[in-house]
Amino acid sequence: MSFPWAEHYTPKHPLTQWIDEKLPLPRLVYNAVGAGYPVPRNLNYFWNFGVLAGLALMIQIVTGVIMAMHYGANTLVAFSSIEQTMRDVNSGWLMRYAHANGASFFFIVVYLHIFRGLFYGSYKAPREMVWLLGLVIFLLMMATAFMGYVLPWGQMSYWGAKVITGLFGAIPVVGEPIQTWLLGGFAPGNASLNRFFSLHFLLPFVIAGVIILHIWALHIPGSSNPTGVEVKGPQDTVPFHPYYTAKDGFGAGVFLILFSILLFFAPNYLGHADNYIEANPLSTPAHIVPEWYFWPFYAILRAFTVDFFFIPAKLLGVLAMFASILLLFFLPWLDTSPVRSGNYRPTFKKFWWILIADVVVLGYCGGAPAEEPYVMISQIASAYYFAHFLIILPLISRFEKPLPLPGSITESVLNRHNIKGEQDALPGMGADPQPSNAG
Amino acid sequence: MASVEHTDSQGLAGEDGVRRRDFINIAAVSFAGVGAVAVVIPLVDQMNPSADVLALASTEVDLTAIQPGQAIKTTFRAQPLFVRHLTEKEIAEADKVDAGGLRDPQTLAERTVDGKKQWLVTMGVCTHLGCVPLGAGEGENKGEFGGYFCPCHGSHYDTAARIRKGPAPKNLEVPKFAFTSDTAILVG
Repeated sequence: MSFPWAEHYTPKHPLTQWIDEKLPLPRLVYNAVGAGYPVPRNLNYFWNFGVLAGLALMIQIVTGVIMAMHYGANTLVAFSSIEQTMRDVNSGWLMRYAHANGASFFFIVVYLHIFRGLFYGSYKAPREMVWLLGLVIFLLMMATAFMGYVLPWGQMSYWGAKVITGLFGAIPVVGEPIQTWLLGGFAPGNASLNRFFSLHFLLPFVIAGVIILHIWALHIPGSSNPTGVEVKGPQDTVPFHPYYTAKDGFGAGVFLILFSILLFFAPNYLGHADNYIEANPLSTPAHIVPEWYFWPFYAILRAFTVDFFFIPAKLLGVLAMFASILLLFFLPWLDTSPVRSGNYRPTFKKFWWILIADVVVLGYCGGAPAEEPYVMISQIASAYYFAHFLIILPLISRFEKPLPLPGSITESVLNRHNIKGEQDALPGMGADPQPSNAG
Repeated sequence: MASVEHTDSQGLAGEDGVRRRDFINIAAVSFAGVGAVAVVIPLVDQMNPSADVLALASTEVDLTAIQPGQAIKTTFRAQPLFVRHLTEKEIAEADKVDAGGLRDPQTLAERTVDGKKQWLVTMGVCTHLGCVPLGAGEGENKGEFGGYFCPCHGSHYDTAARIRKGPAPKNLEVPKFAFTSDTAILVG
């Protein structure tokens, strides 16, 4: 599970020795995120976002458990209990704003984490399972965030619940019974609110469990790195602690500063004013939009306006939206290039940037009203999104000529700093298009 | 260990090679499986609408105050209901359209009660994803076809509340209703 040169846990104090014999939990932590876990020496700041996502989850769990102490999951009192938390409960405003904006920050760091993985080929062998588990976490996060947004029982909460459960209603034959089953009624009501609250409380702990599996699967081959070349010897790694605990600690500081800026100076910037109006089943807000982190998927949903091959537009939109995420589960087998890092794949790199731009455009259109030119732009951008993964990526993998890879992580580090003469720095010996699995 | 082998030899069946132990094993696990499925049924079913939600309330609507060109919003089964008094012009516009060419082909006559074509009663639930379309209230956007417009994803309905443009697959649903007098209806 680790490299042979990993440092060994040797408790010195009799008490820690006694604990290690009975329950080797400190040993587990030492080997997972302590000095016992050797990590490539060349990780850049894009490798911070996994730890930051874990930090964001912790913020959500702490503030969320506190919010639950003041919340009433009943349509009669839900809206006012949130307002009471904001106005009357000591520091209640802080807890709620931290929870609402914490969700946004969780998604920000997770999206950066995902795009890091996309650029550096982190999804490729031998780390496919890490990628798949990460996508499971992402799906759980989306379900949790959606249900959490319903709880304040404002206008956006209510209509968001109606529209999102309506997605299931698009499925032929069984769709409407499924929608009714999810809601516990014909429209969102007390039954819906209670079950969403129950599941919103449960799912973060499920996420924490899948994160443990995600890290477990990662630690079998060990972390990847910006060169994508596997670790070849002790000179290529440093212990996680203190090297990366320090680097992640710095990242966490920057994260918390940015979080505080939004939290204290613009806490409603990412929210919707309509959600400060209590839910009204008889009046739809003029412009229903989900939270910003769902916008790219919402744009894909709305891109289908005409029927194709006798499949109704509504079902096509729903299928496309789910497919846009499920597609990512096949990514390790769609990108067949043996070179992991985008730094050594000139064509791939360009298309990676186009994909980023495409997702940003989709996000913008998803937040815009359902009218031209946004519908047309969503259609083009959605088509491109699918083309990127299903056509462009497999073709690049086949025809691209990658740049020569460094012989080892150490060689790349030394070359970058123009240090010659060490035993591993052997320029010209670098071309190794099929990285060996040293882990 | 000897006793296990002893039991094994006891379990040996005759010519077909099937041991009694295999039978007991499969039977026991299958029965446990049936039990597990039986337990799942109430766990899933509890999420369906409860009896109080299902208790159908019928809604009575008084039509006297609704002038031609006006519409009201009320509720039926906790969802919005539109009752619209069509003008002559709106009826003519709806009849002018060739119903066969529509996404969900229906004529205005099929969507209203005989002899009372001016009373259009529909659910106020967009058939796309369930928003409440605009157009029932005074001054609201009625869309390109003068009926209803759903702001969520841009579905346009005509004066017979039929889908004409946008992602919705069906016309606005016409619930079961009957006239109890010339100026009142009972929905449900």
